[in-house]
Amino acid sequence: MNKEYLIEDIKRIAGVNPRKCMKCGKCSGACPAYDEMDYHPHQFVDMVETGRIEELMNSRGIYRCLSCFACVERCPRSVEPAALIEAVRDAVVRQQGADHLKPERIPEILDEDIPQQAITSAFRKYKK
Amino acid sequence: MTFSYFPGCTLKTKGKQLDLYGRKAAQALGFELCELPDWQCCGAVYPMAKDEIATRLSSVRALAAARDAGQELVTLCSACHHVIKRVNGDLKRDETIASRVQNYLQLDVPYTGETTVLHYLEVLRDRIGFDELAKKVTNPLTGRKIGAYYGCLLLRPGKEMGFDDPENPTILEDFIRAIGAEPVVWARRNECCGGYTVVEGKEFARKQVDKLMENAKACGAEELITACPLCMYNLTANAEAGLPVHYFTELLAEALGVKEDAE
Repeated sequence: MNKEYLIEDIKRIAGVNPRKCMKCGKCSGACPAYDEMDYHPHQFVDMVETGRIEELMNSRGIYRCLSCFACVERCPRSVEPAALIEAVRDAVVRQQGADHLKPERIPEILDEDIPQQAITSAFRKYKK
Repeated sequence: MTFSYFPGCTLKTKGKQLDLYGRKAAQALGFELCELPDWQCCGAVYPMAKDEIATRLSSVRALAAARDAGQELVTLCSACHHVIKRVNGDLKRDETIASRVQNYLQLDVPYTGETTVLHYLEVLRDRIGFDELAKKVTNPLTGRKIGAYYGCLLLRPGKEMGFDDPENPTILEDFIRAIGAEPVVWARRNECCGGYTVVEGKEFARKQVDKLMENAKACGAEELITACPLCMYNLTANAEAGLPVHYFTELLAEALGVKEDAE
């Protein structure tokens, strides 16, 4: 897909501007899932800005972000890394057949206590 | 005092205790929670994408129903509160989202964020007052050392949630004091429990919950309270030798002497 189109699409979905980033790294410093992410939040923002969107679409990190908003809270420039991560994940799962979580997997995941909230959240994040 | 009330899906199923104790305590405190008719699941996560409209609609239906009833809208589950409060902000501030929502819903009066959304804890703090709550406590939880677990969703983003200081919150500690117990402040009380990633595998949630429990214990907490069923799940099902965890409404009902009524 056209690189310029991809950058603009991610910015449109997220509604934030990665160019405002001043590379302070507070997002990555605050991220509880830092070790889980192949591209850490500050790198993720930079890669959106420089158009490395396809690498991000193929990264594991887009499914490991917790949407805990620690990065959003700490960002002094309102770049909202979590919104960019969500936009890239949406760009993936909105494609036909690209759901990350399939309903057939749910029975094996369920245990006695798991709340509906967990399943609903995961579907909203990992599937369209 | 009468409020519209949005319980949410989990409070009708795996998180029943959060709801039942909350309702009993409300009666004891003299405020009424009118459950919205025909409410729909909020979706449990806020859609950050600006172009997501369908995933915002159930929140708007609840918000518009509360407006039409002329009441403030009370939530109890952290996730419902987060989603409904932020969608309300979208409808107030973002004309594009508001008009696209109206295209779907065709409400007689378009909804543009008029409803006040309150978490149950905000009702206790801002409508009842913790001083008044303390006066109604018949069974103070004297001597209990309780750590407040805030998690993420009530607090962040601070500018949108307007719930408390997102870095150094105090509302739950004030609540613990009001019910006669001793609040234990611990550093990781506003750090994520692992959330929905547990659906993909429990390993990360376990690591995260271990860190939380270790910190809470080191600070002297003997039990924790939460307002979130998913936090409750991660903190209990994925903890090894963790502290006991209660919904804050359970301890509220206990302090007000109405816990048995709810059981």
